[in-house]
Amino acid sequence: MTSVVFSWNLVADFRDMWAYPFMVNAFRAGAVVAVLAGCVGWFTVLRRETFAGHTLSAVGFPGAAGAALVGVGSTAGYFGFCLAAALVLAVLPAPAGRGSGGPRAALTGTVQAFLLACGYLFTALYKGLLGGVDALLFGSFLGITATQVAVLAAVAAAVLAVLAVVGRPLLFASADPDVAAARGVPVRALGAVFLLLLGATAAEVGQITGSLLVFALLVMPAATAQQLTARPARGLLLSVLLALAATWLGLLAAYYSPCPIGFYVSTFSFGGYVLARAARTAARRFGAVPA
Amino acid sequence: MTPPLPSPAVLLATAAGHPLHRLALDPLTAGPLAHPYLRYALLAGTAIAAAAGLVGYFLVLRAQVFTGDALSHTAFTGALAALALGYDLRMGLYAGCVAVALLLGALGRGARTADDVAIGGLFSWALGLGVFFLTLYTSGHAAGRSGTDGGAGTSVLFGSVFGLSAGQAYTAAAVGAGVCAATAVLARPLLFASVDPEVAAARGVPVRLLGYGFLVLVGLCAAEATQAVGSLLLLGLLAAPAGAAHRLTARPYRALALAGALGVAELWTGLALGYAVPGLPPSFAITATATAGYAAAYGVAAVRRRGGEGRGPRTAGSGGLRGPGGLGG
Repeated sequence: MTSVVFSWNLVADFRDMWAYPFMVNAFRAGAVVAVLAGCVGWFTVLRRETFAGHTLSAVGFPGAAGAALVGVGSTAGYFGFCLAAALVLAVLPAPAGRGSGGPRAALTGTVQAFLLACGYLFTALYKGLLGGVDALLFGSFLGITATQVAVLAAVAAAVLAVLAVVGRPLLFASADPDVAAARGVPVRALGAVFLLLLGATAAEVGQITGSLLVFALLVMPAATAQQLTARPARGLLLSVLLALAATWLGLLAAYYSPCPIGFYVSTFSFGGYVLARAARTAARRFGAVPA
Repeated sequence: MTPPLPSPAVLLATAAGHPLHRLALDPLTAGPLAHPYLRYALLAGTAIAAAAGLVGYFLVLRAQVFTGDALSHTAFTGALAALALGYDLRMGLYAGCVAVALLLGALGRGARTADDVAIGGLFSWALGLGVFFLTLYTSGHAAGRSGTDGGAGTSVLFGSVFGLSAGQAYTAAAVGAGVCAATAVLARPLLFASVDPEVAAARGVPVRLLGYGFLVLVGLCAAEATQAVGSLLLLGLLAAPAGAAHRLTARPYRALALAGALGVAELWTGLALGYAVPGLPPSFAITATATAGYAAAYGVAAVRRRGGEGRGPRTAGSGGLRGPGGLGG
């Protein structure tokens, strides 16, 4: 990859890049994943379940490594493990406290450490992991096949459909769980459904950014959007656009440099978040936006 | 099975090559402990696990587990930055972890509602930066020797407790003991400041300063433990024993001691498993044991809640739980 040089002639550059089918697939997969991450991530930030999102995405690593060990496709491993972990987190009776608070977070953290350890065990047992551990942990856009893109798109469509159905009550239950419960909204069931959606999303995103850097695409664009606007519809749209920009810019940059895509995606999305926060702080200080 | 498990003092003496141990531990020294690498692993691991358990108790109490997670992840970046720039790995670990600890403290500004999104964004970017340094390091070395791809990264991420040198083990033991001692000294005011910050502040406890000091301790602990279990699995040592202790008892000091003891017991069991079963990475064995300990505590707490509602969190189960975990070594 180091041999390609950025020539500043954008048209020629793009023509060169599109000549590789894997790059076209990478851009397609990136678009699917970014749209999904933008939508689900917005609810994740609203519900303050970012730690659960991080944990569910870390699970993708043992999933992919285990799939390699038993000889199944890595896609099955990602989805299987992430959904199973989401089920565990949803079914286990939560210790007292909501969000990322103490005892509950201890449970989440224990699950996360154990599953990462499982991934390490699997890679230790299976010595010939193609591309190494780093590709699984920190992302790789090489070798994405058309079938993989189709699977990603199908799962994303299903998740978005479910999200569209439960969207309104979920918004209510996330914004004010007590009032929602009093009005007869099944808050707990919605929470469990959302965790499953989050698991599927984490599995998708992990295949592009790597298991450890899902946070960059799942949470950062959504958090940036929520810094900029409090309206749901506008926020969701902004979140999707930001995720898309971070992914495509990341792919572009990774194509021209030896660094893995995860570095660029996390840098761009974190940079956007810092800028948005700084802008909001400045606006509040000069009185443009009421706090 | 009456006295097969040596006390930490005897273990220290063993590791230091003190002649005393020959009297008490003849069967053990003739066996596994004859290997120096196992002695170093035990010495360093015990100190690390005790420190992680004590610090972890407060992390859970203060709802800062995510912060601990962030610190353990940034350890990776610190280590690889030091490697890529040609410094000693340990320097990068300590400098990186302590700097990020202070930064996180400033971000949270001592507030109890820690901003998860800011913390998460910071550490996911830091991880990305770590990968950047890893690429820099491996491509820098590719000119000299090939085939080392990712080896450094993997060992930082997942640790190599059986690969510790004597010097590393002694440093780890010293730092671990230091963190333990500092936590013990700070325990009382920190407990007060964690449970009721307003009242503590009104009574003249320096709540914010304590918060920073505590985060620095977590950073030191993370940097130290990264060498043993790796930055990704460190969360198991921080969260699992502490979470179990919180489930088993509500009394602060007892839970604090229990967290430390559970951590050490789980580490010993994990090391023993890693030694006994060929091909089993010790980091996995330690994390798996810690998870099993947490699951057991979860079960005990659930059974107890169902059995005796009125009795409250008694500690009858804690002694029983330490048995099976502790005698594995």
